[in-house]
Amino acid sequence: MIGIIGYGSYLPRYRIKVESIAKEWGSDPESIKRGLKLFEKTVPGLDEDTITIAVQASKYAVKRAGINPEEIGAVYIGSESHPYAVKPSGTVLIEALGIGNDVHVASYEFACKAGTEAMFVAYCLVKANEVKYALAIGADTSQGAPGDALEYSASAGGAAFIMGKENVVAEILFTNSFTSDTPDFWRREHEFYPRHAGRFTGEPAYFKHVVNAGKLLLEKSAMKPEDFDYAVFHMPNGKFPQMAAKKLGFTKEQIETGWIVPWMGNTYSGSSPTGLSAVLDVAKPGDKIFMVSFGSGAGSDGFVFKVTDKIVDVQDKAPKLRDMLDNNKIYLDYGEYAKFREKIILNE
Amino acid sequence: MITPKYVREIPQRYRLEAAKCKNCSYISFPPRLVCPKCKSRSFDTIRLSDEGKILTFTIIRVSSDIFSHQTPYGVAVIETSEGAKLMAMIADTKIEDIAIGKKVKLIFRKIRDEGVSGIHCYGYKAVVI
Repeated sequence: MIGIIGYGSYLPRYRIKVESIAKEWGSDPESIKRGLKLFEKTVPGLDEDTITIAVQASKYAVKRAGINPEEIGAVYIGSESHPYAVKPSGTVLIEALGIGNDVHVASYEFACKAGTEAMFVAYCLVKANEVKYALAIGADTSQGAPGDALEYSASAGGAAFIMGKENVVAEILFTNSFTSDTPDFWRREHEFYPRHAGRFTGEPAYFKHVVNAGKLLLEKSAMKPEDFDYAVFHMPNGKFPQMAAKKLGFTKEQIETGWIVPWMGNTYSGSSPTGLSAVLDVAKPGDKIFMVSFGSGAGSDGFVFKVTDKIVDVQDKAPKLRDMLDNNKIYLDYGEYAKFREKIILNE
Repeated sequence: MITPKYVREIPQRYRLEAAKCKNCSYISFPPRLVCPKCKSRSFDTIRLSDEGKILTFTIIRVSSDIFSHQTPYGVAVIETSEGAKLMAMIADTKIEDIAIGKKVKLIFRKIRDEGVSGIHCYGYKAVVI
């Protein structure tokens, strides 16, 4: 049996409400809340970045897995906000966790699905008996240009998953991917903020890839939507995953547990991974989970998980996603948010 | 260029590695070559837990340039559950919530950047729980 043996997630404590952003740009917060189903989002602290988020999520994953970190043979961090353009984020993480030097490390990048790409490769390395354990992380401190629609959604957070063969808490039964050249969202070299193709990011990008990957995954697994207890989709806003679920035949109840975006925002590479983490926090042995990510550019990765009896032994060993989402929040006004996100140019 | 010094300190700053005297069990953080208590030169390397309490603290309102955008912030002397003492910046905590005796958790954070194009420097901070 191959799958997740430990998982962990991390969200910063800082939040900004949709109202605080809308007020600055003369927008109607009610129409954003109604249209995008977004209420507030996480904001990274001045001392937080993809690396610190990945480290904290991974520490929780190690705690749940109960393994010696030195036995981890591969570390892949998927993000579109790696702190360095040249220097893998995982190099810092392996030192912070005490993994040692006998380890493969790389940074992954594929817009919002870099985290699930890392999960796929980590799973395959364990399956191929190349490493005993592999750590995959999806984490981001995503950027949205001031005044852009992305400012309401781009948030911070991440989740980490350790793949292994023993004491598996969620077996990976099937995986797939669906990819095409679709320039719906991009950031050119040296540009500070990403750009997007407006409404084109919907049907030709998000829905085309999520729905096709989802259909192919159902075919490959010979399973039907009603065979699943939970479904998790990439969450660029609150509305898209609900619509994708409906198109594929999943119910609102199936996506409810992992649908954390209205209060978290879009954590990009951490989006569907944190949704999965929220599901694993409450899942019961035997539950089946359907997950499809989406990364602009564009592609989707699909996973079918089957939760094992071991899940109940690990759920309480580290903080749960919903607890981090609902508690200990520190709200920022737009000025503080602009400072935290370094949107204000300071003197050297 | 701070890279050589930064790399040398990674075990302490990232993993809270300390030296426990094999003779008298005194814990030195950061590690020392000679035990300040019994003068032994023989140590075990241990990792401090991430839990402690505030022994004393100050609030920085006028900082050095590199931390000026973070003011006001707390800096505290913390005693870990093993009895080691260390100094750390306080993160994610309103300054009115910082007090002597409060429990803290040591977390991994970015401490500073070496200018706009230099390395990011990481280490531990403390958050009041």
